[in-house]
Amino acid sequence: MAELDTSSGGSKKGHKVRSKKASTRVDLTAMVDLAFLLVTFFMLTTTLSKPKAMDLIMPDKDDIKKDELPVPASRTMTILLGSGNRVEWWVGEAGKSTPTLEGFGKNEIRKSILANKEKIEAASGKDMIVIIKPSAKSVYSNMVNMLDEMNITGVERYAIVDMTADEISELKKENIYN
Amino acid sequence: MPRVKVPRKSTLIDMTAMCDVAFLLLTFFILTAKTKTEEKIPVDPPFSTAEKTVPDEDIATLVIGQGKVFYGVAGFETRKQTLIEMGTLYHINFTPAEQERFAVTNSFGVPMNQLQTYLDLDGAENVKKFPQSGIPQDSTGQSPSELYNWIHTSRVVTKNIHAKEMRVTIKGDAKEEYPTIKKVIDILQKQKVNRFSLITNIKGK
Repeated sequence: MAELDTSSGGSKKGHKVRSKKASTRVDLTAMVDLAFLLVTFFMLTTTLSKPKAMDLIMPDKDDIKKDELPVPASRTMTILLGSGNRVEWWVGEAGKSTPTLEGFGKNEIRKSILANKEKIEAASGKDMIVIIKPSAKSVYSNMVNMLDEMNITGVERYAIVDMTADEISELKKENIYN
Repeated sequence: MPRVKVPRKSTLIDMTAMCDVAFLLLTFFILTAKTKTEEKIPVDPPFSTAEKTVPDEDIATLVIGQGKVFYGVAGFETRKQTLIEMGTLYHINFTPAEQERFAVTNSFGVPMNQLQTYLDLDGAENVKKFPQSGIPQDSTGQSPSELYNWIHTSRVVTKNIHAKEMRVTIKGDAKEEYPTIKKVIDILQKQKVNRFSLITNIKGK
């Protein structure tokens, strides 16, 4: 339509029609704002690290009676998990050696595990067997910590076993069952 | 006297580079995004040095916290089939709408007799408010517990659909007392699942 073409009026004196050069610059501030807003949103809602998992293999309950190997007591370390993040452990048969009371951590139970492992391997030439007995008063993280210690110290033969009444009274005596 | 004119500098800054960076980051985060799965109960897993990652498929997660157990299976088709099978087991007919609803439910902790009510709820707000008491772990008389049936059914369904053994993972709260965990492990062992994974946070040695 004719009336729309009144803006420049360049064609009056026979000049060439020259369209005005618009700047190619766009104000990007708003766009950057938006982009950063979205970046923040996604940063906060994503879980970057996938959860890690620890494999646990329990002994088959039915097979225990079929091919039960006698566990040599001399190579066995029994660890009882009590309340308040405390553990009690002994090597060999229960009641024959004095139990030790300890906490979790680098300088406590891990040191004992490593020391016992070395001693048993030197004495018998075979690897150590660890029996972990979580009590009803221990928490889940105690069990996971203990399994983790097994991974760290490289103990390959370990099992999670239920506690007996004798051991519960043992923990009660040490006041770590409450 | 001629006045000294201070040349005015433009306050406009070239935003192109900044824009580029922002969108690059945005793209990165969108592609790596995996939205946080909403937990019905706050669960803080214990720390360990384990470094295995959890697979996304053919997996079931048991969330344990505050003495309650929540259950979730991965995959829409698996979930749907599991619900149908559980329906026949407990003589409940789930409508297609309920099946669809269940297929998008990540994890739930509702006993079988409340499940239909739960799936019929309207609106996210109501779903959030619904009191979830956890899946019953105790067996009644001769029949095994509901949790046992859920795990068993989803294992069968996974095997049928993907021809693969379903992996079971346990995501327990660090402060959870051991008897609750033991109950769940016993249920797993009863159906000869002796191998499962414990989900942990990562820590240094």
